[in-house]
Amino acid sequence: MNKKILIVDDEPNIVISLEFLMKKEGFEVAVAADGDEAMAKVASFDPDLILLDVMMPKKSGFEVCEALRANPPRPDLLIVMLTAKGRDTEVAKGLAIGADAYVTKPFSTKDLVVRVKGMLGVA
Amino acid sequence: MLLSGWFIALLAGSYLGLLFAVARYGDARADAGKSIITANVYALSLAVYCTSWTFYGSVGRATSGGLSFLTIYLGPTLMLLFSGVILKMIRISKAHRITSIADFIASRYGKSHLLAGLVTIIAVIGVVPYIALQLKAVAASLDVLFADGSGPLLPWWLDSTLLIAVVLAMFTIWFGTRHLDATERHEGMVAAVAFESVVKLLAFLAVGVFVTYGLYGGLAGLFERAATSPELARLMQPDSAKAGTWGALILLSGLAIVFLPRQFQIIVVENVDESHVKRAVWLFPLYLVLINIFVLPVALGGLMHFAGQDFNPDTFVLTLPLAHDAHLLALFVFIGGLSAATGMVIVETIALSTMVCNDLVMPWLLRSPWLRGEQSRDLSGLLLGIRRAAIVLILLLGYVYFRAAGEAYALVGIGLISFAAVAQFAPAMFCGMYWKQGTRAGAVAGLLGGFTVWLYTLLLPSFARSQWIGNGFVEQGLFGLGWLKAQALFGLGGMDEISHCLLWSLFANIGLYVAVSLNSRPGAMEASQAEQFVDIFRHGGREPDARLWRGSASQEQLVGLLERFLGPARAQQQLIAYAVGRHTSDWRQLPADADFVHFAEAELAGAIGSASARVMVASVVQEENLGLDEVLDILDEATQVRAYSRELESKQRALEAATSELRAANERLRELDRMKDDFISTVTHELRTPLTSIRALSEMLHDDPRLALDDRTRFLGIIVNEAERLTRLINQILDMARLESGRAEWTTGRVDLGQVAREAIESVGQLFRDKAVCLSSDIPPSGPVVMADPDRLMQVLINLLSNAVKFVPGGSGQVMVRVGVAGDAVRVEVSDNGPGLTAEECKLVFEKFRQGGNTLTDKPQGTGLGLPISRQIVEYFGGNLWVESHPGAGANFIFTVPLPAPEE
Amino acid sequence: MKRANLSRQRLAALGLLGIPLLTYPLFGLAVGQWGSWPAGYVYLFGIWAGLIGVAAWVAERKGR
Repeated sequence: MNKKILIVDDEPNIVISLEFLMKKEGFEVAVAADGDEAMAKVASFDPDLILLDVMMPKKSGFEVCEALRANPPRPDLLIVMLTAKGRDTEVAKGLAIGADAYVTKPFSTKDLVVRVKGMLGVA
Repeated sequence: MLLSGWFIALLAGSYLGLLFAVARYGDARADAGKSIITANVYALSLAVYCTSWTFYGSVGRATSGGLSFLTIYLGPTLMLLFSGVILKMIRISKAHRITSIADFIASRYGKSHLLAGLVTIIAVIGVVPYIALQLKAVAASLDVLFADGSGPLLPWWLDSTLLIAVVLAMFTIWFGTRHLDATERHEGMVAAVAFESVVKLLAFLAVGVFVTYGLYGGLAGLFERAATSPELARLMQPDSAKAGTWGALILLSGLAIVFLPRQFQIIVVENVDESHVKRAVWLFPLYLVLINIFVLPVALGGLMHFAGQDFNPDTFVLTLPLAHDAHLLALFVFIGGLSAATGMVIVETIALSTMVCNDLVMPWLLRSPWLRGEQSRDLSGLLLGIRRAAIVLILLLGYVYFRAAGEAYALVGIGLISFAAVAQFAPAMFCGMYWKQGTRAGAVAGLLGGFTVWLYTLLLPSFARSQWIGNGFVEQGLFGLGWLKAQALFGLGGMDEISHCLLWSLFANIGLYVAVSLNSRPGAMEASQAEQFVDIFRHGGREPDARLWRGSASQEQLVGLLERFLGPARAQQQLIAYAVGRHTSDWRQLPADADFVHFAEAELAGAIGSASARVMVASVVQEENLGLDEVLDILDEATQVRAYSRELESKQRALEAATSELRAANERLRELDRMKDDFISTVTHELRTPLTSIRALSEMLHDDPRLALDDRTRFLGIIVNEAERLTRLINQILDMARLESGRAEWTTGRVDLGQVAREAIESVGQLFRDKAVCLSSDIPPSGPVVMADPDRLMQVLINLLSNAVKFVPGGSGQVMVRVGVAGDAVRVEVSDNGPGLTAEECKLVFEKFRQGGNTLTDKPQGTGLGLPISRQIVEYFGGNLWVESHPGAGANFIFTVPLPAPEE
Repeated sequence: MKRANLSRQRLAALGLLGIPLLTYPLFGLAVGQWGSWPAGYVYLFGIWAGLIGVAAWVAERKGR
C-alpha cells in the first residue's frame, strides 16, 4: 500500500510542483492551502507525512505542528517543515515543537525526495 | 505641734536638703557620663516657669480676674509649638557656646560688650523685684502658718525672710558654681528643678482635690453652688471687654517663656539633646493644664468659704486647709510653695549671676591694669568668686526690694512687669535669628527705646502707686504735658497698663530696631556673626569662621589663657577633647591655626562670655583685621560656593536626564535594528517563495525529459509568471527603498488628475474585462490640476485599481473611480463592492508586506508593497492616502493631493 | 527647603490654629452654662487639652 503525503502551503504554484513531484514518486497525495484546512485533511486523509509550510494565513505551520503533536492522530506521523525564512531560530523553533525535519525554500527536488523516502522507509 | 517653728524649720531644711541631694546625684551622674537628663526631666524642668506667683498668686488673680489668669499659661503653650524657633536658638547657642540671653544678643551683634551689659541691666532691673516676690511669698506663707500655729515665734524668726534669702543664696552657690563648665550647664540643678516641679504640682493638686472634692463634693457641685452668686458666676465667664488684655497677656507670656533669664537658661543653655524639645512641646503644656485645673475651683471655694470675712485670696491654698484643721495638707502646701520659690530663685539667680559676672564685671576687670599685671595667675577661682558674690548680691537686692516694698503694689504686680521687661529682648532676638540686616546700633536703639518706655509706662507708675515717687507724671503727664501721661501716652487711654506698655514699648523697640538697622552699616564681626546665626542650619556654625580669621597665634599663649580662666585641670581636659576630635592624642602637635584659635575662643566664651572671650583672645594673637567689605566678600564666596554646589547638583540632574535620554535613544535604535532585521527576513521570504516554485518546476522539467507536453506547458507558464513576480518584487523593493531614503527621482509639473485617472482606467481595462468586473467613473472633463509627477500618480491609481479588481467577485464586481475637488485639495476615490476590511485591517494594509485578504488565487499578483509605496508617493505631494471600509460593505480607497496655491 | 522638617511645620501650624481658638472673639462665644459646667472654663480647658493631645501625637509619632 502506498504511503500518503499531505502537502500544506498557501502558495498554489508550490503546491502544484510538490504535488506533481510526490505523485511521480508514487505517493498518494492530498493538498491543503491553509492551517485549518490542513487539520481537517489530517483527520480525513490520515497521511503518513506532512509537508508543512510555516508562513500561512489563519494558522501558521508552527501552530499546526504543535496541535498535531499535542493531540496526535497517529503516533508515527512525520512532519517536515518548509520555510522561506532561513533563520536559525526558526529552524530551532520548528524542531523544538516536534517537527521531524526542516527544509529551507527553495529546495532541491532530488534532495527532498530522498529525504522523504528515507523518513518513510521507502527504498 | 506640727506647726511649731522648729518643726517647720526642720521640714523646710530637710526638703532643701533633699533637693540638694537630687542635685548632687544628677551632677555625679553627669560627671560619670551617665546623664539623668531625659526628655521628661527636661520638659518638667521647664516648669520652673511656675513660681510661687503661680502657686499662690494664680488663685488670687482668679478671685478678681476670673479666667484671665490662664493667659499666663496659654501663651507658653502656643509659643512652644513653634519648636523650630526654639531649636534654632539651641543650635546657635551650642555652636557659639552661648551661656545666657545677654551673651546670645551680644554675640549676634558682633560680640558687643555694650549690648551684653545693656541686656544684663534690663534683666537685673526687670527680674530682681520678681525674686523679691518669691521671698515675700515664702514669708507670707510662714506668716499664715504661724498665725494659726500654737508655737511661739522665736526671736530670730522675726526676720525669717532674710534667713530664707541667705539659705537660698547658699543653695544657689552650691548648685550653680561648682565649676566653670564650658557650656555653663548644670545637670544637677536641672534634675532638682524637675523634682521640685513634681512636688509643687502634687501639692497644688492635693489642695485642689481637698477643696473641690473634700469641701464642695466635686467640680460640678462647686460650680453649681458658685453659679448661684452673680458675683462668682461672673468669674467663670468670658468678658469680651477684656479681649485686648487677653491677647496682650498671651503674647507677653509667650515671650516670657523664652526670654526670662531662667527660662532661657533651662530651655536653651541646659538643653543636652535637641530631641528633648519634641517632648517638652506637649509635656510642659500638659503640666500647665494640671497645675491650673483647680485654680478657679479653689478661688471660688475660698470666696464662698470666707465670704464676709477679712481674707487674702493669695493664701487661700493655705488658709482653706488650715480652716479645716488639715495641718498636714497645709504643711505639704507650704513645701510646695517653698519648692516653687526655691526653684525659681536658684535658676534665676544663677542665670543673672552668669550675666552679671560675664557681661558687667568681666569687661570692667579686663580693662583694669590690675588684671593685666597678673598675667600668669589662675583666674578661674576669681571667676567663681565673682559669680558667688553676684549671687549673694542679687539675692540681697531682692531682699532689700522686698523690705522696701512690703505690701506695696510694686511687688504684687511685679510678675507681669517683669514679663514686659524681658519682652524687650524679643525684637533683637527674633530678628537677629532671621534677619541678617539687623545691626548692633539697631539692637541698642531698640532695646534702649523699649526699656525706656517700659520704665516710664510700667515700672515708675508702679513706684508711684506705692507712693515712693510723686505720681504727677501718671496723673497729669510729665512736665504737665497731657500727652505724656505715663499710662495714656499720646492720649491712648482705656487700656490696662500692661497692654498699654506692651503696645508702646514694642512699637518703640521694633520701630527703632528696624529703622536704625536699615540706616547703619554693620561692622565686619557683626556681618559674619549675622551670617552664622541666620544660616545656622546651613553650615554647622564653624565653617566660615576659619576663613574669617587671619593672623598668627602662639599656642602657648592661648593655652595659658585657657588655663587662667578655666583652671589648669579643666583646660587640659578640654584640650585633650579637642585633640581627640582631630585624631591625635597630643594637642601640642596641633597647629595654632584658625581652628585652634576658635576652639580657644569658644571655650573662653563658655566661661566668660563671647564678648570678653573675643577681647582676651585678641590680646594674645596677632590678628589681621578684616574690613567689612572683606568679610562680606568671604561670606559672598561662601554663598557662591553654595550656589556652585547647587548648580553642580542641577548639572548632575541634567546629566542623569541626558543619560536616560541616551538610553531611550539606544533602545529605539535597537528596536529599529530589530525592525530592519524583520524587514530583511520578510524580504528574504518574499523573494524565496517565487524562487521555490521556479526551482522546483525547472528541476523537474530538467530531470524528466519524458514529461507530458501539457504539463511542460503548464510548468513553463508558472515559471514565467513567477519570474515576472520576482522581477516586480525586486523593482518595488528598490522603489520603496528609494522613496524611503529620499533618493527617488521626481519630475514635478502641472498634472491634470482627471486625465491621469482616465489613462489609468484605460491601462487596467483588460484586467477588468478578463474578470468581468464593471468599472465606472465620475471624472470632470478637464482638471483638476495639481503640481505633481504624473507617472507617480498613475502608479498610485493603477495600484489602487488592480487591488480593487483583485478583491471584487468576478462577474458581479463593481469598481468606481471618482475625481473631484474637496476644499483646497483634489480628492480621488476608488471604491469597490468587495468583501471590505476590518478596522484593524484598514491600518494593516498600509504596512509593508501585509497583504489584504487571503484569497489563494490572487496572492501571487501582490507584493505587499503597492499600498505602502502609494502612500509614500501621495504624502510626498502633501496629500493623504487612506481607506474607509467595513467588513462586507466594500472598500473605499481615497487619496488627496493639495491644489496649488492660487496665483495672482 | 531641604531642611524643612514636616513635624515641626505641623506643630507650628497647630500653634497658628491655637491662637484664634484661645483668644477673643472665639473664646467670647463660650458664655453661660454647658450642662452644669461654666462654658468658659470647659471651652478653655477643652481646646487647650485638645491642642496638647494633637501636639503629642505629632511630636511623638515615629518615623516620617
